[in-house]
Amino acid sequence: MIRCKTSKEIGGMGHSMKRKEDDRFVHGTGNYTDDVKLPGTLYMDIVRSPYAYAKIKNIDSSEALKIPGVLAVITGKDLEQYNLHWMPTLMSDTQMVLPVDTVMYQAQEVAAIIATEKYIARDAREAVKVEYELMKPVVDPFKALDSDAPILRSDKEDKKDNHIWHWEVGQKEETERIFQNAEVTVKEQMHIPRIHVASIETCGCVASYDKVENHLTMYMTTQAPHAIRTVIALVAGHVGLTEEKVRVISPDIGGGFGGKVPVYPGYVIAIAASFLIGKPVKWIEDRSENLQADSFARDYHITAELAGTKDGKILATRMKVLADHGYTDASANPSKFPTGMFSIATGSYDYSNAFMEADAVYTNKPPGGVAYRCSFRVTEAVHAIERMTDRYAHEIGKDPAALRFQNFIKKDQFPYHSPTGWEYDSGDYEAGLKLAMKAVDYDNLRIEQAEKRKKGELMGIGLSTFTEVVGAGPSKDFDILGIKMFDSAEIRVHPTGKAIARFGTKSQGQGHETTYAQIIAEELGIPAKDIQIEEGDTDTAPYGLGTYASRSTPTAGAAAAVAARKLRDKAKKIAAHLLEVSEDDLEWEPGKFSVKGAPEKAKTIQEIVFASYTNHPQGMEAGFEATHYYDPPNLTFPSGAYICVVDIDSDTFEIKVRKFVAIDDAGHIINPMIAQGQVHGGLTQGIAPAMYEELIYDDDGNILNGTLMDYLVPTAVESPSWETGHTVTPSPHHPIGAKGIGESPTVGAPPAIANAIIDALKPYGITHLDIPITPYKIFKALKEKGVLDKHIQEL
Amino acid sequence: MIPSSFDYTAPSSLDEALKLLQDLGDDAKILAGGHSLIPMMKLRFAEPEHLIDLNNVPELSYLKIEGGMLKIGAMTREVETEESIDVANHFPIFADVAKLIADPQVRNFGTLGGNLAHGDAANDQPAVMLALNASVEIAGLNGRRTVGIDDFFYGFYATAVQEDEILTEISIPIPMGLSGNAYHKVERKVGDYATGGVAVHLEFDEQRICTKAGIGLTNVNPTPLRAVRSEAALVGTSLNEEDIASAAQYASEDCNPSSDLRGDVDYKRHIIKAITKKMINKAKQRAFNN
Amino acid sequence: MKKEITLKINGEEFTEQVEPRTLLVHFIRENIGMTGTHIGCDTSSCGACTILIDGKSAKSCTLLAVQAACKEITTVEGIATTEGVHPIQEGFKENHGLHCGFCTPGMMLRAIELLEKNPDPTEEEIRWGISGNLCRCTGYNNIVKSIKYAGAKLRGDELPSTEPEFVE
Ligand SMILES: Cc1cc2nc3c(=O)[nH]c(=O)nc-3n(C[C@H](O)[C@H](O)[C@H](O)COP(=O)(O)OP(=O)(O)OC[C@H]3O[C@@H](n4cnc5c(N)ncnc54)[C@H](O)[C@@H]3O)c2cc1C
Ligand code: FES
Ligand code: FES
Repeated sequence: MIRCKTSKEIGGMGHSMKRKEDDRFVHGTGNYTDDVKLPGTLYMDIVRSPYAYAKIKNIDSSEALKIPGVLAVITGKDLEQYNLHWMPTLMSDTQMVLPVDTVMYQAQEVAAIIATEKYIARDAREAVKVEYELMKPVVDPFKALDSDAPILRSDKEDKKDNHIWHWEVGQKEETERIFQNAEVTVKEQMHIPRIHVASIETCGCVASYDKVENHLTMYMTTQAPHAIRTVIALVAGHVGLTEEKVRVISPDIGGGFGGKVPVYPGYVIAIAASFLIGKPVKWIEDRSENLQADSFARDYHITAELAGTKDGKILATRMKVLADHGYTDASANPSKFPTGMFSIATGSYDYSNAFMEADAVYTNKPPGGVAYRCSFRVTEAVHAIERMTDRYAHEIGKDPAALRFQNFIKKDQFPYHSPTGWEYDSGDYEAGLKLAMKAVDYDNLRIEQAEKRKKGELMGIGLSTFTEVVGAGPSKDFDILGIKMFDSAEIRVHPTGKAIARFGTKSQGQGHETTYAQIIAEELGIPAKDIQIEEGDTDTAPYGLGTYASRSTPTAGAAAAVAARKLRDKAKKIAAHLLEVSEDDLEWEPGKFSVKGAPEKAKTIQEIVFASYTNHPQGMEAGFEATHYYDPPNLTFPSGAYICVVDIDSDTFEIKVRKFVAIDDAGHIINPMIAQGQVHGGLTQGIAPAMYEELIYDDDGNILNGTLMDYLVPTAVESPSWETGHTVTPSPHHPIGAKGIGESPTVGAPPAIANAIIDALKPYGITHLDIPITPYKIFKALKEKGVLDKHIQEL
Repeated sequence: MIPSSFDYTAPSSLDEALKLLQDLGDDAKILAGGHSLIPMMKLRFAEPEHLIDLNNVPELSYLKIEGGMLKIGAMTREVETEESIDVANHFPIFADVAKLIADPQVRNFGTLGGNLAHGDAANDQPAVMLALNASVEIAGLNGRRTVGIDDFFYGFYATAVQEDEILTEISIPIPMGLSGNAYHKVERKVGDYATGGVAVHLEFDEQRICTKAGIGLTNVNPTPLRAVRSEAALVGTSLNEEDIASAAQYASEDCNPSSDLRGDVDYKRHIIKAITKKMINKAKQRAFNN
Repeated sequence: MKKEITLKINGEEFTEQVEPRTLLVHFIRENIGMTGTHIGCDTSSCGACTILIDGKSAKSCTLLAVQAACKEITTVEGIATTEGVHPIQEGFKENHGLHCGFCTPGMMLRAIELLEKNPDPTEEEIRWGISGNLCRCTGYNNIVKSIKYAGAKLRGDELPSTEPEFVE
């Protein structure tokens, strides 16, 4: 399945090489943002609003300022003097850094305390007294569109309602016509809940401004250091922090998942404080602050419809989305796509008509939503189409696997033009599903299920055969604030044949220090262990857009391969020079050039590199170094076939995932061990929203579960023992045929789990439940259907 | 999250601790395992001015069998009750409950005394103590008194332990003859407080007629609750399916859960019924298998 | 109001003045300057701060530094021996038991106590045994595998394969 072209010593693609970065982590010598210690550091803590919507009548800092060690209490009014109280979001919306007069969501930053010690800052936070005048918040996104709803963004002069944007794609009329004439139509209203990335490391920074040099060094938890540097320069250029005066360092990151892409107010306040005081300022948010104020994801209300024939041919799909962005649109989508990649919601199936539309609204909730381990809303799209596929199968009484085979885009239809205008690069969906079905012994499971149903026992089998879209992206379509979404690699090989390579991306646990080295090893034959990878320092790394949306391998990984190939071309010239033959007479095998027919006449890559410094051909540039900025010609389209088996306790409705098999197709795999690790992790982040996690707000906009006591991140006990496998359909346009693996499992798992649970409950007339599906929700659904007693009697 | 400032003393004897308590009055709090108190202090829900740490008072930490009773010092850690052979022999329920209390690190520090003295109906040990009909010894400067478990829980965070007193020992009668006990709770995920939990202890005569039944319920009442009617429904019966069903039904009717994120009242009653049934069956099975 | 405490961390003795409210995790990270012990929550839920205190695994965010007086503390910085890495460190590295590494120190210290009490745990026992430690990255499969590997190593048994297994 996975073949290697290089020896284990070289460790190119396909080797399960142990990770190079692990030594520092298992010794506790990783360097995360909170570990950064600079002399004279001050600590920042933040006063936050207890209310979702209120006017600030007064902020009284006098008691706080009396506490020894408290240097400043910074408010929106203070920042206003420097015009630093507002900032742009990545979606060209605007966001308060600190409010001057109104708070728009619970836990919003209201004032910042700067003190000599963390504990003192925390005490001062209690001592700041803020007087509020409460207003009735808008919490329900549907009500936000009512004509009598208060206009939340009255700061925008021309704003007459809470509507942010409308977007649509597809064949509206034709789809409508198909729906009117179709033999079968199914429809569900679903909510993809507001969830949180909850990386175990929260967000934070150390802003260190040097007054003498007029230079800012910003250590921060960011997945996109270069983009952040540009944003800082855009926001603070007018006070002298122009781009060459800013260095962003993203040290080790304790998990990102999209939550460390946006610019949060805390970062900006820390910069402002350091700028004003001239000392390093550290801000590390608490977990509760992180859950309550930053980095929510999803929160799409979707009306999903599917039209088909009686015998199972999908004819068209239609989806209408209401996106709750909270107080401002702080998503991290490519600028041209306000709802990200939602348009791939047509799935893995071959049909010609679809219509998708979305509207976004403001509410009094924290702003977002981030692309949580997904390419900008692809998770929501996949959930909708995969749920509806099962819904349709149930409606016509067809096995959901058979229905999928009937509708799959076939292997020879690629490149495939989707109804919404995308070109799927490659895929073999049938192979994936067949392998998954074999692994779970699908037919026997259905027999077992039928037996159990007779006894009233609840067992369900759920499928998800999804197509993902990653690797943003081609510059013709993709930019963030105008910056094209290419990525970069710079390889520098030292005279002794060891190398350093730098990238514009930033690993948060994905293992780039190993996988990038393996890509270069594959191309150059220099052992991966001899290649040091560096990311995250804007002073040294080439410009890049960062790591999210599974884009590192598709973009920076490709850049590494292309840069390495440039070096191989150069190596060939040098080898020809050294061996005194023509380039055409040379043959490459990983690690050396030899003369065709005379294999003993050869030069290793190390000898060639040495020569590039000591004996390079006249007229050739000395040294051994290459850079590449890779602008992908297309996106890549990984796919997966996931099958989940659940057993539900008939009395307490506790749900147990008995088995979960995930077959992924991510094209060529760089490091199977790391790819599998990514899948495991993503699957647990898939079970999380499917069964446990949701940020819940009451009617007053209060968050009801803003700590890890109630925001239920799965432990090793909830997380089943995952079984994974691969089919390999290379991307035809990617230099190494890779597609990106990081997100597929998070995207593909929730519908597999939801479908399994609904499948178990099918005999009781339940067609849909919103995730997270909990025992309590099952109880309520059975009760509402009036079948709870029926179920109990059947036992 | 950081607690507000306080002073701290770690006495090395119970007497010293009691004296300190009296001197410092209601500004002081006892620190046992700290795994309820410190989280509350970090959130500044509790802001005591003085902590009296009992961790250096060895005389409060023991497990022994004496006079037909299992005696557990208040400072005995959850993990010790989980691992003790004496306990396991008579009370497999301790292994059931310990596994479901928080996680191993918390159980390394959390004490049985603290779990009760905290007076939180969401804690699991109170229901177990109700089922096992424990009694609690409380010491003050004027001496020691013993309180039956039914008279121990007063209300939310309020127990029979007065401000100048310290809970010192928990005693549990060791059953003679056939007996079995079991605990389970429904939780949203491992380590969570109970959506609802049920502790059952049963004793039988040689004819396998139930002579004693203790049933305690977790987190479905403002205080830990004894399911009195359920117990009565079992005593004197041979625990056939109907007896068990009515006991389960009574438990679900007699509890007073409140609606919250874990579920509404109906749901909680439903699961109390389901677990009561399961735990009676499990306790019965354990009694007859031993 | 400060109290003087003396304690041992990874075999080295420290005497420090601390406010009674100083959390042990802050003491280790800030006063002593060992930053391998992490903080991932404010409700004692995540286990990132797990250390050993007299050999018992503990959430150092839920203990006061003053409570550690006269005790012996082990943090991730102290588990490697002069001969090399601790079997648990080897287990995590060989079996890809970590991604971002943030949960890893706490996870490993918890696992050390787990294996001490139960040298040959089942998968189920391992999963329950680490239920106080959240990992957002790995999905736990490989953490379980890492702990099994370390168990075998500590017992002197044949080491299990570290190759990833796939459905074929
Ligand atoms: C993450 C987490 C999850 C948890 N989950 C659960 C759970 O599922 N089930 C459960 O039952 N518990 C749970 N707990 C609570 C845990 O079991 C506590 O350890 C226990 O409730 C209190 O015991 P302690 O020894 O830690 O008491 P402390 O926290 O030290 O004290 C608690 C209270 O009791 C008082 N007190 C303690 N001992 C005495 C005494 N001898 N005399 C007089 N007063 C005393 C204290 O002054 C304080 O007011 C959890 C805790 C955490 C941190
Ligand atoms: S920091 Fe989360 S448990 Fe200690
Ligand atoms: S490896 Fe990232 S949290 Fe566990």
